[in-house]
Amino acid sequence: MHGVEKRFGETRALDGVDLTVPRGAVYGLLGPNGAGKTTSVKVLTTLIRPDAGAARIDGIDVVADPDAVRHRIGLTGQYAAVDERLTARENLIYVGRLFHLGATESKARARELLERFDLTDAGDRVVKGFSGGMRRRLDIAMSLIARPSVLFLDEPTTGLDPRSRLAMWDVIADLAADGTTVLLTTQYLEEADRLAERIVVIDHGHVIAEGTPDELKARTGGALLNVSIARAENRERAMSVLTPLCSGRVEPVTDDDRSFVAPIVAGDRVVPGVIRALDEAGIDVLDVAVRRPSLDDVFLALTGHIATEEEGE
Amino acid sequence: MERLRWTLHDSWVEAERHLRVIPRNVELLIFATIQPIMFLALFAYVFGGSISIPGFADYDQFLMPGIFSQSLVFGSAFTSIGLAEDLSKGLVDRLRSLPMSRSAVIIGRTISDLVRNLFTFVVMLVVALLLGFRFEGSILDAVAATGLLVLFSYALSWVQAVIGLAVSSVEAANSAGFIWMFPLTFVSSAFVDPSTMPGWLEAVADANPFTVVTNAARALYNGLPVGNDAWLSLFWSVGLIIVFSTLATRRFSRSTSA
Ligand SMILES: Nc1ncnc2c1ncn2[C@@H]1O[C@H](COP(=O)(O)OP(=O)(O)OP(=O)(O)O)[C@@H](O)[C@H]1O
Ligand SMILES: [Mg+2]
Repeated sequence: MHGVEKRFGETRALDGVDLTVPRGAVYGLLGPNGAGKTTSVKVLTTLIRPDAGAARIDGIDVVADPDAVRHRIGLTGQYAAVDERLTARENLIYVGRLFHLGATESKARARELLERFDLTDAGDRVVKGFSGGMRRRLDIAMSLIARPSVLFLDEPTTGLDPRSRLAMWDVIADLAADGTTVLLTTQYLEEADRLAERIVVIDHGHVIAEGTPDELKARTGGALLNVSIARAENRERAMSVLTPLCSGRVEPVTDDDRSFVAPIVAGDRVVPGVIRALDEAGIDVLDVAVRRPSLDDVFLALTGHIATEEEGE
Repeated sequence: MERLRWTLHDSWVEAERHLRVIPRNVELLIFATIQPIMFLALFAYVFGGSISIPGFADYDQFLMPGIFSQSLVFGSAFTSIGLAEDLSKGLVDRLRSLPMSRSAVIIGRTISDLVRNLFTFVVMLVVALLLGFRFEGSILDAVAATGLLVLFSYALSWVQAVIGLAVSSVEAANSAGFIWMFPLTFVSSAFVDPSTMPGWLEAVADANPFTVVTNAARALYNGLPVGNDAWLSLFWSVGLIIVFSTLATRRFSRSTSA
């Protein structure tokens, strides 16, 4: 998509979003609540028209020829799109028929997908009694019925318990291995890190960064050094002693007056030098830790605010 | 042609989705059957003895067609509630992302409601016959009367579809879908002769399409001359379908779920 804009009244949900996903790749669209993830997915899946800019799937414009686009995509929206009154199998056959696969082919695909998503035993039960994880799996299965070349997954694991989330990650990793192009949105930084080969970070309708998980991590300038000393009154002195060893400003930790943090260049073997310097200055050390930055740190560095990881419904 | 064929196909797939689950909800099925029976019995026994209508030896012969048409009209409210329910769920977003006909979602809904109302109506008719109701005209007249009533109910389903698409919640659809049915069905010829009403109310009742349809069905069931009422009610129904199906389809293509 290129320069895509979408306003809802005063809200600029998308404010010139550029995004290109190569065929067969798995991309993560990462951003906090209200960033514009769902709106991006809706534009790409023909659910809403952009106010400006253009979006294409396999070279086909979503506004000019929505039906051709719809034949190529699968969508698993943010909210489970299943009919609770039907059984899992009926849901699958139903969507297959709406894709005009024909009754026989729809049935065969339904059987295949139930098996693949571990739903064969529950296949003839009404969806109403399904757990969140089972629903989500059925939801994804429904979006795969017509073998889409591009799959959209909007927050596929929001609201799942940790075990179902891990199972869902396996499912998505399998899809990716099959060569389906996947664009998945998530608020979970760990999820994007784990599943996506490239991550696009959006906030307030803008793309604010793009890169591989490692590239994004490198943006924070390597690793973070965290030192705790025995006596609070030595903190000022300890911080100035260590300043030459660090790659940026040494900052006190606000809620612990015996600790401070500082960015360092990763892999530089800084720790022995830190301990030696503090020892020579006669400062007792409680703890020295080096942490690889998480994507949370990346987000903080990029936006200046912490990603709000509120649970969705 | 190709397009029309797929619209019909998709509409049927949608209708089937709704119809398939009806037998699964036994409670709903029981209530949907009991309600018209109760209506029929209550009205017939409570009012039956006290009201007499000129030209009708038996009030039941006058009243029962009125109750038929009222309960068919009430049945159309399923459409607004069902559509609002569909819209409140993620499923519509999926449907919008499929290469299917947009209008099929609403056509399918109205067709399944039509089948449901037809079922209720047959139950009602059987009970009415057991209670002593008689077709005084030919069997063809009775079929024509039933057809006019059911067609009008189908037309109102489309009105309800627009309501269901316009409101923001299932609860709102529930009230907005029902509230206008009381004036529509009571300020009419369904239960009493409008000439007994105050002048202005009589004028409203006479202009009410529901009166037209009820009069037509009543005349046909009783083997009386229908006059223009049959054609007029056909006009009303077809007109409502054309106008409201256009509105509903347009509205559906624009709206998105939460
Ligand atoms: N239909 C709508 N009407 C009005 N405002 C909307 C609508 N849809 C989205 N918005 C607004 O647009 C902005 C982007 O919303 P969007 O749903 O794309 O965010 P998101 O990144 O998917 O967030 P979440 O993590 O909460 O799902 C938000 O400020 C939201 O309130
Ligand atoms: Mg969202």
